[in-house]
Amino acid sequence: MDVGTLAFSALYQFGDAFAFLVLSACGLAVIFGMMGVINLAHGEFIMCGAYVTVSAAHAGVPLPLAILIGALVSAAVGALVEILIIRHLYDRPLDTIVATWGLSLIFTQGTLIVLGSTMAGVGTPFGSFTVGDYSYSLYRLVLCGMAVVVIAGLYALFNWTRFGVMARATIQVPHMAAALGIDTRLVYSLTFALGAGLAGLAGGLYAPTMTLVPTMGTTFIMEAFVTVVVGGADVFLGTAPAAAILAVVKATMTSWYGQLAGQIGLLMAVIIVIRVLPRGISGFLLRERA
Amino acid sequence: MNALSRFFARLEGPQTLGRGPGFWIGFLIVLAGACAYPLFSDGYTVGNTVYFFTWIFMALGLSLIWGYGGALSFGQTAFFGIAGYAYGILTINFGAAYGFTFIALLFAVAIAALFAALLGYFLFFGRISGVFLGIVTLSVTLVLERFMAQTAGPEWKIGAARLNGFNGMSNMPPLTVPWPGGDIVLFPDVQLYYVVLGMLVLVYLGLRILVNSPFGNVLVAIRENPERAEMLGYDIRKYQLGTFVIGAALAGLSGVLYTSWGQYITPSSMGMTAAALPIVWVAVGGRSDLTTTLVGTITVLAVFQALTIHGSQYALVVMGIMLVLTVLLAPRGLIYALARLIARPFSKRQPGDA
Repeated sequence: MDVGTLAFSALYQFGDAFAFLVLSACGLAVIFGMMGVINLAHGEFIMCGAYVTVSAAHAGVPLPLAILIGALVSAAVGALVEILIIRHLYDRPLDTIVATWGLSLIFTQGTLIVLGSTMAGVGTPFGSFTVGDYSYSLYRLVLCGMAVVVIAGLYALFNWTRFGVMARATIQVPHMAAALGIDTRLVYSLTFALGAGLAGLAGGLYAPTMTLVPTMGTTFIMEAFVTVVVGGADVFLGTAPAAAILAVVKATMTSWYGQLAGQIGLLMAVIIVIRVLPRGISGFLLRERA
Repeated sequence: MNALSRFFARLEGPQTLGRGPGFWIGFLIVLAGACAYPLFSDGYTVGNTVYFFTWIFMALGLSLIWGYGGALSFGQTAFFGIAGYAYGILTINFGAAYGFTFIALLFAVAIAALFAALLGYFLFFGRISGVFLGIVTLSVTLVLERFMAQTAGPEWKIGAARLNGFNGMSNMPPLTVPWPGGDIVLFPDVQLYYVVLGMLVLVYLGLRILVNSPFGNVLVAIRENPERAEMLGYDIRKYQLGTFVIGAALAGLSGVLYTSWGQYITPSSMGMTAAALPIVWVAVGGRSDLTTTLVGTITVLAVFQALTIHGSQYALVVMGIMLVLTVLLAPRGLIYALARLIARPFSKRQPGDA
């Protein structure tokens, strides 16, 4: 086994971990960064996306389209949740956590009751390829590419579109934005729906690689939390670098001691980071810049 | 008489609902009722009631951290689990003779408190607050659950105690009182009921004294406005850490009592669902008061139990709906709102009232 294949293996694992962290965290990060709300039902939006994707795929819809449908349905559910519950709690961030946790209980158990304890999945597409002695799943590379696309897409959305400008204005000075004629309530609803949709996208993308159970959201949320905490409130200066750093930790620990060690490594990293940089990487970077 | 009235004066204050002779007469009536309850019931039902009681310590601890301190911790079940496992490991290895189970109880609670101190140091001295505190403590809890769930192999044992992964540990001895002429083993029955009831009264009164002491007043000041409390010269990090550790120790006590009650503990008692339940009890009851938390916890547990008979899956949905509705409609808690309504005609308004 030469250096090249070894390097590829390390890079592959890094990319895999990076993709998982970015995709599972971006929805949470958008909602937290833009609205200061932590959505504890994040995992359930991921679950929703996965279930819808797989149902659509079973109904004969091609997988990419099915994933898109999953993301859109999650976004719709997110918008509904924002209008019914989150909207009334913006001045009480702690209560939002509690309420979304209640939602998470309802969604998880509701899915269990309505759809049963498990659902037949779809196979992982694209097959695999070999480098050196090991074979790698091509789909994992696609996921990695999707992570980059999502970050780039969010950057474009928030910087180059009218919605992005309105959203950033609303986040900075809400009453000023309102005075300038922006419907801030609509912006909040759309932002929350965007976050939920991104969660659904993550669920849809990972649906072919895992078993579908009502509690599958918990597989993602710990990583999502950790990335958001380390990253801080800014999606681009926070989530992306945080995911890159944590991916190194996770990939290293996982390849040495297994999956759980990777998670414990993440947790250790986050506890040390919050002691040193309480406002996350983006808080640190923004203060440096200012 | 003078000493007694001074004792009562320390139990009352602006931080607790319920004061004056009326409240304490009611308290004594409820206590007498609780003491007499086993006379009118059978051992099995009484044993089940103890099961309710074991959770209340954790709820009171959460009320202290969250309701009084304003720091939302989702880690209560982590400390619950740590203490439960510690109790199991200690008693399986060293047996139950010479009252060791109570020493194991103390050790297990101390281990949970130590873990909380370590975690709390990083959190509070890193000045983590608000929503981040919640998600970091929740992450710790979830990782701990996953760690315990993968300890199925024979290599995961401490002394004679196998951790047994997802199936959990079982067959640890229950709490045992050394007694001349034969130890009293506290199975879920009338004896255990009185022991736990005694602990509950002690903890409740002790917490009332704590929250009405200068410590409690500073704690509430931190909840209301951390910057102001800090400007007044209090090191808020130490107060928050202290509260966190006390709350964790109470969760640990719950863990030990639960483990000893059913003689088993599993990783799922730390999972996402388990971690949500204390939040439900405390939020629905009224987190900012010890008495409403206590009443709320018992009420919600009773409702939960009643619903579970018809299907535990639905019970959890109802819990979730209850939590969402409480947050939306009665943010200070249903029992709290009810208590204020009942108390209003009887009491003059006090300066501490909102």
